[in-house]
Amino acid sequence: MTEYLLVTLSIITLFLPVFGFATLIFFGKKFPKLYLFEVGILFTALIISILILFAKLTYFDKDIVSSLTWFILSNAPNTGTVNIELGIKIDNITAIMLFVVNLISALVHLYSIEYMRGDKRYTRYFAYLGLFTFSMLGIVLTHNLLMMYIFWELVGLSSYLLIGFWFEKKSAADASKKAFIVNRVGDVGMFIGILILFTNYKTFTFDTIFHQISIGNLPFGSEAWLTAAGILVFMGAVGKSAQFPLHVWLPDAMEGPTPVSALIHAATMVAAGVYLVTRIFVMLTADAMLVIAIVGALTSFVAATIAITQNDIKKVLAYSTVSQLGYMIMSLGVGAYVFAFFHLVTHAFFKACLFLGSGSVIHSMHHEQDIRNMGGLRKKMPITYITFLISTLAISGIPLTSGFLSKDGILAGTLVFGKLTGHWLIPVFGFTVAALTAFYMFRLLILTFHGEPRDHHKFEHAHESPLVMTAPLIVLAILSIFIFYTPNPFSPDEGWFLKNWVKTPQQVTPVSSRFDFMKSESKNINIHGEIIHSELYTETLHWAHYPAMMLSITLAGLGILFAFMFYQWKKVNVDKLTEKIKPVYNFSLNKWYIDELYDATAVGQTLNFSKVLAWFDNNIIDGIVNGSAWITKSFSNLSGLFDNYVVDGLVNFTAFFSGFVGFSLKKLQTGKVQTYIVFVVFSVIILLLIFKPF
Amino acid sequence: MSGFPILSLITFLPILGMIIVLILPKEQQKHIKYTTLIITAIQVILAIILLANYNYSAAGVYEEKSFQFIEKFRWIEISEISWLGKVKIDYFLGIDGISMPMVLLTAIISFIATISSWNIEKSVKGYFALFLLLDTGMMGVFVALDFFLFYIFWELMLLPMYFLIGIWGGPRKEYAAIKFFIYTLFGSVFILLVMIGLYFSATETLADGTKVFTFNLLQLMNPNNYLQDGILSPLNPHNLRFIAYLALFVGFAIKIPMFPFHTWLPDAHVEAPTPISVILAGVLLKMGTYGILRISYPIFPEITRQLMWWIALFGMINIIYGALVALAQKDFKKLIAYSSVSHMGYVLLGMASLSSTGITGAIFQMFNHGTITAMLFLIVGVIYDRAHTRGLNDFGGLAAQMPVYTGFVTVAFFAAIGLPSLSGFISEALVFVGAFGVTNIRIITMISTLGILLGAGYMLWTLQRIFFGPLNEKWSSLKDLEFREYAMFAPLSAIIIFLGVYPSAMLNIMNTSVNTLVSFLFNGQ
Repeated sequence: MTEYLLVTLSIITLFLPVFGFATLIFFGKKFPKLYLFEVGILFTALIISILILFAKLTYFDKDIVSSLTWFILSNAPNTGTVNIELGIKIDNITAIMLFVVNLISALVHLYSIEYMRGDKRYTRYFAYLGLFTFSMLGIVLTHNLLMMYIFWELVGLSSYLLIGFWFEKKSAADASKKAFIVNRVGDVGMFIGILILFTNYKTFTFDTIFHQISIGNLPFGSEAWLTAAGILVFMGAVGKSAQFPLHVWLPDAMEGPTPVSALIHAATMVAAGVYLVTRIFVMLTADAMLVIAIVGALTSFVAATIAITQNDIKKVLAYSTVSQLGYMIMSLGVGAYVFAFFHLVTHAFFKACLFLGSGSVIHSMHHEQDIRNMGGLRKKMPITYITFLISTLAISGIPLTSGFLSKDGILAGTLVFGKLTGHWLIPVFGFTVAALTAFYMFRLLILTFHGEPRDHHKFEHAHESPLVMTAPLIVLAILSIFIFYTPNPFSPDEGWFLKNWVKTPQQVTPVSSRFDFMKSESKNINIHGEIIHSELYTETLHWAHYPAMMLSITLAGLGILFAFMFYQWKKVNVDKLTEKIKPVYNFSLNKWYIDELYDATAVGQTLNFSKVLAWFDNNIIDGIVNGSAWITKSFSNLSGLFDNYVVDGLVNFTAFFSGFVGFSLKKLQTGKVQTYIVFVVFSVIILLLIFKPF
Repeated sequence: MSGFPILSLITFLPILGMIIVLILPKEQQKHIKYTTLIITAIQVILAIILLANYNYSAAGVYEEKSFQFIEKFRWIEISEISWLGKVKIDYFLGIDGISMPMVLLTAIISFIATISSWNIEKSVKGYFALFLLLDTGMMGVFVALDFFLFYIFWELMLLPMYFLIGIWGGPRKEYAAIKFFIYTLFGSVFILLVMIGLYFSATETLADGTKVFTFNLLQLMNPNNYLQDGILSPLNPHNLRFIAYLALFVGFAIKIPMFPFHTWLPDAHVEAPTPISVILAGVLLKMGTYGILRISYPIFPEITRQLMWWIALFGMINIIYGALVALAQKDFKKLIAYSSVSHMGYVLLGMASLSSTGITGAIFQMFNHGTITAMLFLIVGVIYDRAHTRGLNDFGGLAAQMPVYTGFVTVAFFAAIGLPSLSGFISEALVFVGAFGVTNIRIITMISTLGILLGAGYMLWTLQRIFFGPLNEKWSSLKDLEFREYAMFAPLSAIIIFLGVYPSAMLNIMNTSVNTLVSFLFNGQ
């Protein structure tokens, strides 16, 4: 297999779904069966992506890059030629992500055939799924920041369309709008970050930028700007991966159809933020990484505390997604790069499984989502139950599951980070969340599937979902088992996934701006000949391995134990307990009142300010315009009056006066010669008197 | 192509159409409409012919020989009247990479606006006659290279616009029309004064070696042509060039419209009939920024460099202020009008960067705003025709009732928001990239990026209020698009998507000219 073929195949997988989108948008109404075409396309794309994955891992050690010029502003004075490129880069991470995205997308397509049946915009739904898959693959394949941003926004669009798919519901329309706008907040930061990088390097291409940084060419010549650029680009991830404080859109996004939640809002799109950070990981300074670690830790903690009290099956899963995404981000922040990506992959499978499982429950319960009305479904829906159980074990970090492997790596990473940098709060958050996660996930499982049915009417009608829906569940549950990643269920490092496929890349940031443990003065060259961390780091990691594992297993076990005591065996009266800690309970139930806070501040004040400005515009600015018109008009009225009475008055007066004089004098005109002679004589006398000639 | 007066043809063809319309009896409404349609269609074809014969490597800007499709001959010639001296005014047309996109835009928008005018019922004959006259005025502004001629076209388009708003407009049409007319005229006075000042400050050397005063824009750009004691001559230590620049800028700024001269716009838009709004937003606003690029920048390069920070500042104010005021609107059309204010701010910001990237972005944004906002006003028109209201809170749930319409609305709205893969994104991104690269306006640029957030805010909120949620029963009889409306939306959407995916089609036209303009601004000829 040649590079050229691999590139061609990747481009085909990229464009297949958008082809499906266009076909369905234009012909979907006339040919409702076309949705099968879209599903077929996705399975084709899946097969191609498996080929790519296999080929990349087997035959190509180096990254494959291919690009073309999109547009060019040539020979600009002062700045030179600006060449904007489109291009793809296939490394192991890309190949794995291609497979993950296509697999989950294909499964969700399949699942949706049944789940969405009877919807009045059935083909439209599949069209949007196609658009989403295209945009997501674009993010995965791109080799530059601009294209990343472009597809970033396009997944935002497809997410908007799918969250608001049932737009007749006001809540759905609200949620889609909120998702887009909250994401835009992060995107503005990301955009400024990209601007900083482009202004300095005249390119959007990752590798070129990294190369420039590695040779000491920093943005605007300072490390501070490098940190700023890293944090700003990371803001995009804060939005897309629903990190605190921009996490508020994701729980609302559950208004979309459940398969969409599984695909977009659990497995793939929300992981795009994590993917972005892995892409820019090498240019992150210590300060930027610390910010990222704190944001991630805080997110995982806040979301976990909220998930505990939620009663909507999808909301619990949504908050658990936020929490797990926080884990991944935190993991990147503490430098545990490989485990962040590993967790991204394992989480994609078990979380998609959980969401599709919840969809299966909701489907059979006639759109009931409140877990207080469920219970006992274990017997009615055995396949859904078992797959849900496996995924729950995985997310709780129980050995033999994939989740255990990736989560344990992250927790060990935080522990090392705490020890080496003194930021102990991060591992504290990390381990607390591990316990909380096990607790609320088992609470969910128990309330949904165990015990006695609480709504008998709905329970009677409940039934196991058909094969098109359960098959994806089975596939995803199987993929949540350790064996696909490593032969030793307690040591992910020995597995092919981490040993051969994904490796921590070398930082390009100046040595002075790195964490001590990432400095390469004390080099440690691993078997692949790559420079990763300092020796101290490796030693500490070794030290942390068993304590972290023991601690995480114990905490997860405790969480599960408590969940059973509370909800299965009823050893503790939950209602009484909630009554006792009412303020804390409400704080959690109301999601820390963050939405209320935003409504009162950012959103509300912007709206108020806009009203003030509109008033200002209408009355002051336009007032000045109308006022000056009025003044001009008044002035011209005045001058009109002046003209009428004074100027014209003078004219008329002159005429009148001459007339009057003429009239008065005409009496002298008698026509008699004698009289005239008398006048003349008198006149002469008077003249003589005046001039006195004598 | 040489020798054939294609620019005169594309400019004065509508006058021919107007004469035909005036000859036709007023009962023949169909013929009148088809005449206009055919005339504007020919204009589009001519614009495409221009594009096909366009030389991408010719610069134009200040150099007469690299302008294209030039037509130049003596128009007015008065020999020696007392102190005035010889008066020679040229009929001088030509286009370069700055005007070519505008000519295309004018042709396209006029054609679309004609289709949109189909349901005009009141005195059809008068309407279409004025419409065609307006068309000539607009096209003329973009092809004229002589200041005097430019000014004539500039004023020519004012008159039909006044009547088109004042007679065919909404309830407050008289107020809106007079406001538009007087406001623009107020600006024109400044332009006129500067024009006369420039005339008496510079001379052109004729073939026989004699020097005469000149209105020729390209001659006015050459500092060597100025007289020692000219009032606007850079050689004169007491010159008034700074004041003249401000005056000229105000004249153009009113048209853009730039804060705080923008309040005529919402009134004019709200009252104008749909096709006139389309023309107003699609073409007329661009004349302001075009005038600055064509006249202010190259004639006063030193003052342009001096004031770039202020231009950027006003660009930022336009972006943020326009977006915030749009957020508070309750009338659909007014909201779009204010969004225009916001989007024209990007043009100002890009121009202020004085960099190739920024100015390319600005001109591209002028084109894209033309197509996108035209579409937005058509969207308002469609809903107003059917429901006779434009209140944003009067609707809801139309997406289910009018799916095709909603599809086009989504394209237009997301283009306005700057969604990648649609044309608006490229131009906004170029503006930001260009402006961010300039150190002293970097902060302004960073603040301006808030515009892309606010833009998403008011647009999506509008989308939700009108199209989503439960269907308001009152509107359950609204029909989806008919063929005529489809014919307006489809080509505009196609252009928006095409340029979003393949921006080179437009960027390559501008590249050489913009580079030349930028280097001229810094280094002279």
